[in-house]
Amino acid sequence: MPADLGSATNGQAGQAVPVRGVPALTLSRVSKVYRARGEGRRTVTAVDDVSFTIEPGAAIGLVGASGSGKSTLASMITGSERPTAGTITFGDVSIGRLRAGGLRRIHRQVQMVFQDPYGALNPLHTAEYTVMRPCQNFLAMSASQARDRARELLEIVGLTPASQFAVKLPHQLSGGQRQRVLIARALACDPGLIVADEPVSMLDVSLRAGVLTLLSELRRDRGLSLLYITHDLLSARVITDQILVLNHGRVVEEGPTRQVLQHPQHDYTMQLLDAVANPFAAAGADIPTTDRGRK
Amino acid sequence: MALLECRGVNVAYEPARGQRIWAVRDVDLALEQGEFVGLVGESGSGKTTLGHALTRMLRPPARLESGVIAFDGVDIASLHGEQLRRRRRNGFALVLQSGMNALNPVRTIGHQFGDVLKAHAWRGEDVGAHAIRLRAAGLLAAVRLEPDVLGRYPHELSGGMRQRVSIALALALEPRMIVFDEPTTALDVIVQQAVIQTIKDLQRDRGFTAVLISHDLGVVLEATDRVMVMYAGRIVEDQPASALVRGLHHPYTEALLDCYADPRADVVELGGIPGYPPDLSLPQAGCSFAPRCPLAEDICRAQDPPLSPLGRGRAACHVRARAATIGEEVGSAR
Repeated sequence: MPADLGSATNGQAGQAVPVRGVPALTLSRVSKVYRARGEGRRTVTAVDDVSFTIEPGAAIGLVGASGSGKSTLASMITGSERPTAGTITFGDVSIGRLRAGGLRRIHRQVQMVFQDPYGALNPLHTAEYTVMRPCQNFLAMSASQARDRARELLEIVGLTPASQFAVKLPHQLSGGQRQRVLIARALACDPGLIVADEPVSMLDVSLRAGVLTLLSELRRDRGLSLLYITHDLLSARVITDQILVLNHGRVVEEGPTRQVLQHPQHDYTMQLLDAVANPFAAAGADIPTTDRGRK
Repeated sequence: MALLECRGVNVAYEPARGQRIWAVRDVDLALEQGEFVGLVGESGSGKTTLGHALTRMLRPPARLESGVIAFDGVDIASLHGEQLRRRRRNGFALVLQSGMNALNPVRTIGHQFGDVLKAHAWRGEDVGAHAIRLRAAGLLAAVRLEPDVLGRYPHELSGGMRQRVSIALALALEPRMIVFDEPTTALDVIVQQAVIQTIKDLQRDRGFTAVLISHDLGVVLEATDRVMVMYAGRIVEDQPASALVRGLHHPYTEALLDCYADPRADVVELGGIPGYPPDLSLPQAGCSFAPRCPLAEDICRAQDPPLSPLGRGRAACHVRARAATIGEEVGSAR
C-alpha cells in the first residue's frame, strides 16, 4: 500500500492536505438499552434516540458527565456494541450490522484513542511493536516496512528521535508519551475517523495542551474526522467545531462549540460550565490567561 | 504555635533493585490550626509522598530519610508502633486517592466504621454495636449520606458516595489535621464539585487543618486559602490563594496557570509546559525546573535556589527573587 505510506510522510504542520475520500459518519435515531439480569428485568436506557452526522474532516465534541451515554455511543460507533434501535452508517456501510470480517474493514477506517494510557498498552511490547502491529494487520506490510512506518509515525506524534522511543516499554514512558504512542497506533492504518474517548483526562494539565494540539494538527494535515468525547468543556472548546451535550443518554443541546459555550440554553450545559475549575474566577481575578501580564 | 511544623523532610524510594529516588527533598513548612492548604504539582512531583509522610503513612519502598515533623509539639517522625498509633486519635488522618480502592470490598460500610472506632477507642469507651451505629450514622450525615449506606458494600455505591464514605471514615477519629490525597480525581466534574464543597463545609464547621493534594490548580484555588506548589520533590512556591493569580511568581506556577482558560472566552489558548520533569534518581544540579524554564540563566543551572520570601509568601527562584529586590529598591528610591 504505497499510497498509505505516502500520506504518513506529508503530514507536515501548516500544509493542509485536501480531504481524502473519508465518508461521513451518520447516526440516525440510535438507542441502546441494557437489560439487567435476574428478577425485576430492570432496563437501563444508556443512549436514547440520538442522531448526528460527522462530516468529512469535522471535529465533533460529545460532552456530558459520567453515565450520560457518551462512551456507549463510542462503543457503538466502533462496532463493539450494537444499537438496540436506529442505524449507524459510515459511508454506505451500516456499522450496527457488521460481523467479524466487516468490523475488521471498518477498523481500518475508524480507530479509537482511549482514556487510560496506562491500561491501553501491552506492558510487554515496545512502542515500536505496538505501532507496527496495525501496519502489518491492516496494511499487509512486511516487518521491515512496518518498522519504518512505525518510526515515521512516532516522529509525527512528537516522540523524537524515534530511534530512542521505539525501543521503550510502556513503563519507561510518561503518561503524555504513552498517549502519543496510542495516537500513533490509531494513525497507523491511516483511518478516516478517530474516536478519542477522554484522551487527556488522565494527563497532567501541563501535557494536555501538547496532546490536544497534536490531535488538531493531525486532523488538519491528514483530513481526519474526529469524535472527541469528554466531560471537560475547556478541551472541547479548544479542539472541536461542533458539540453535542448529552444528559441521561439524550442530546440536550447542540451547535457550534463557541456558541453553545458562550450562550448555553440548557440548564445541564450551564451546570457543566460552572463545574469547570477556573483558577482565575476562583481568585476573583476575572482576567483571561492571555492578558495576564508576565515577564 | 503552628499545629504542624516540618523541617528538612526528605523521603526516598529504595527499590529492591535500581537507583534510590529522592521523591521529597528538604521540605520546610508550617500549618496553623484551621488552615486549608492546597498542595499541587505534576505527577511525580512528590505531593502524594509528602502527604503520606505528614500523616506517617509511608510504606516501603518509601522511607522517611530525615527531618522533623512536629505535630502539636511532638515529633511524630521519630515515633513508631503503638506510640504513633495512639497519636492518630484526635491527631492526623489521610483520605486516599480513589475512595473505591481505599475501602474493604468484602465488608459492609458499617463494619469498616466499627473497625476504625474499635481500634482507636479510649479506655472504657462504649464501642458496642449500637454506639458504633449511632456514631457512624452521624459521620455519614456529615458527608451527606443516608444511614442505610451502613448496610451496603463498597461495590453498591457510586464513585462519589465511596469518596464520601472515605471522608467520613477519616472524620471518625476527630482528627485535627486531614490530608486529602486527590479526593476527586476519579470523579466527573459535577460530582467533583459537590465533593469539594462537602470538604469545604466540613473544614469550616469542624475547624480541622486540611491539606488538599491535587494536580488540578483550578480545584485547589477554588477550595483553599493557601497554595503550595511542588516540583521535583521540593516546594517551589507557597502563597495565599488570593495572591496566586497576580504579581510575580515562580515561573513553574505561571506556566501551570497558563494551562487554564475560561471555555467561554472569545479566544481560548491553552498553554503547556514543554519537556518533562527531571529524573529524581540522578543528583540535581541547580534549579530542577531550569531545563523547562523560559527565564533560566546561568545561575539557575548552577545553584538550587532557596525557598525565600516573595510577594506575600515564598518562592524558590533566583530570577524572581532578584526582580523583587530591584522592585523594592526602585520603590524606596522614589
